[in-house]
Amino acid sequence: MELTRRDALAALAAAGATVGGGALAGRFDPPRADAGGSGAAGSPSTATPTLSTDLLDLLDALAEVLYPSDVDGRRGFVEEYVLGRTEGRPEYRAGVREAAAQLDAVARDWEGNAYADLAAEDRDRTLRRLGVETADPDPEGPITDRIRFYLVEDLLFAFYASPAGGRLVGIENPIGHPGGIESYQRGPMERDPDDPTGGDSDG
Amino acid sequence: MADDGGVGDGLDRTPAAPADVCVVGSGPAGALVAHRLAARGADVVILEAGPRFEFSQRREQQERHIRPGMGDPWEMGGQRDEYSTGGRHYPLNAARVKGVGGSTLHWQGMVMRLHERDFEMATRYDVGEDWPLTYDDLRPYYAAAERELGVAGAIDNPYAPPRDDPFPLSAFPPSYSDSLFAEACERLGIDMHSVPNARNSEPYDGRASCQGYGTCRPVCPSGAKYTAESHVEKAESAGARVIDHAPVQRLEHDDEGDAVDAAVYATPDGTEHRQSAQRFVVACGGVENARLLLLSESEEYPDGLANSSGAVGRFFMDHLFAGAGGRLDERTRQNHVGFITSECHQFYDDEDPVEGLKLEFLNYAGPSPVIEALHAETWGDELLDQLRGSYGTHIAMGGLVEQLPDADNRVTLDPSRTDDHGNPVPHIEWSLSDRTERAIRRANEIQHAILEELDASIEWTVGPDATGPAYHQMGTTRMGADPGRSVVDADCRTHDLSNLWVVGSSVFPTGGAMNPTLTIAALSLRASESLADSL
Repeated sequence: MELTRRDALAALAAAGATVGGGALAGRFDPPRADAGGSGAAGSPSTATPTLSTDLLDLLDALAEVLYPSDVDGRRGFVEEYVLGRTEGRPEYRAGVREAAAQLDAVARDWEGNAYADLAAEDRDRTLRRLGVETADPDPEGPITDRIRFYLVEDLLFAFYASPAGGRLVGIENPIGHPGGIESYQRGPMERDPDDPTGGDSDG
Repeated sequence: MADDGGVGDGLDRTPAAPADVCVVGSGPAGALVAHRLAARGADVVILEAGPRFEFSQRREQQERHIRPGMGDPWEMGGQRDEYSTGGRHYPLNAARVKGVGGSTLHWQGMVMRLHERDFEMATRYDVGEDWPLTYDDLRPYYAAAERELGVAGAIDNPYAPPRDDPFPLSAFPPSYSDSLFAEACERLGIDMHSVPNARNSEPYDGRASCQGYGTCRPVCPSGAKYTAESHVEKAESAGARVIDHAPVQRLEHDDEGDAVDAAVYATPDGTEHRQSAQRFVVACGGVENARLLLLSESEEYPDGLANSSGAVGRFFMDHLFAGAGGRLDERTRQNHVGFITSECHQFYDDEDPVEGLKLEFLNYAGPSPVIEALHAETWGDELLDQLRGSYGTHIAMGGLVEQLPDADNRVTLDPSRTDDHGNPVPHIEWSLSDRTERAIRRANEIQHAILEELDASIEWTVGPDATGPAYHQMGTTRMGADPGRSVVDADCRTHDLSNLWVVGSSVFPTGGAMNPTLTIAALSLRASESLADSL
């Protein structure tokens, strides 16, 4: 399946981000791996390890593990989502950055490489060795819980609250998505004629 | 610099000049009274225990609901909201909200009228208590309440009480899931019909139409679901003043005990303030109404203010949930929306048992994929397989069952525990009688018959053992004609104090089995008239 920019917009809507045309047109400067430490004046990142890659590289690499294997267009979805979602939520963005840096540091310690540069199975193994599968998402908990909260839950929320992710399961208007009041009245999607627009208007 | 009471927003939280009317609580009861009186030129001040939740934050609050680890979207809990229970556990904070708009911020928005028989259960069946007014007395106020809340409905319910006008908004069409039930119900001779929803099926009263977010309860980000914020804002436009973060600690009366002089409220910095007014309206919800009267005990009222009858806090009632569900061998299209579109009121007026019961055809049976994903212990293709296995074929029915009033079900004060201002917390003693359990089993029988007719594999039943409340807290300041047996009269004015009104579901002598908010609204509009006439 193909994730589209509209799916990212849907995810943003579900997340409560203000979807500004300017922001989505590329005005945003993605957070850089090295921006948190030396460059950003007053940035309180003393206890946080440094990300060795782009934040978006790490999130996309993580999404490859978390999302089903036949998803295309993933990087664009993640990029748009992270971009829109962290705008106006500086504390949340800082939490995402911090958790990403921690995961990256763990990867370098355990696997000798940046998280984004690991093979997919090594990325998966690192998460599982950290105990993220069974962790309680907690923005103020131990590293494992913060990774679950800021990274894993964030990416899964974006995906399965979007029509694209929902549709894979059989629901084009999942909870969290403002998909209107038509879909609940309709029968199963298998009976519907293929929608040439990709069904974005239905969800 | 204004004295903001320690909130930090710079808003003045010192008392207003002596007001015509002081309303304690800004849920639907208080908001409607405040609006009606302010619109008629009265000087109104509203004291609200909780904060004002900005509408612009609603989607982030929705995220807090969907995602684990983000806390309660309405910030309920902690020492402010502590309580204790006796008998069956009563989860008091599960669905109530302290804030501008009250529990309508959280509610689902189902708005039915009570039936004629609900007002005369004692006369007809020798159970419960008659109301001091009839359905016909309340009928025009029901119609007005439907206009105020913006009710979407249709006149297709043959069991509904008589009405004069169509609903203000057209009903939401039935769901695909309803269509699956319809064939089975038709074979069984069971009628399905639409559900009155306080939810915009089209734009109404400055609010948007439903966007299908699917999280009506507890957060509607579109504004399509009615909340009492709407009437608080209208009251403010008409000149009313709202002081939030201002929980009322007690009401103080004059030397004779004939009238309330002041509401004493506390701000977060611990300072107490006295708001004076000519009239006082207690509108804090079904538990806090009784608690505030009990906290306001005095030499003249040693058992609690306005409690010479001894009924304050007693006859606590709720509706009991009865339900059953399972799976079909076909897809059922659940969890697209968070409200229901079909019910059955066919058995409501039955006489065996006489307890009212209404049946609901759910549109949200089984898990939501996104919520399940966020609680899953795997990811990737394995997670997708798990979600595909668990979503898609669930089907379920719910229902509400009447609980008749019982003096032993009651709200008192628990002196062993205190809230964040040092006041005893509410103590809720609540149990179910054998006859209530029997009525729940009757609801289960009908639900099972329908599901079996559908060839569903029934996987769960919520019966007398597993049942819980619908969070419709009623009965603790019951209305009646006899001051020796009731707290307020038919106008919601206390028998004991001439300038004190109590509004909300705490005044219900019996509760029927219909969601209470439309009746709360109708009674509040009616009480507004007596209040206005008294000014």
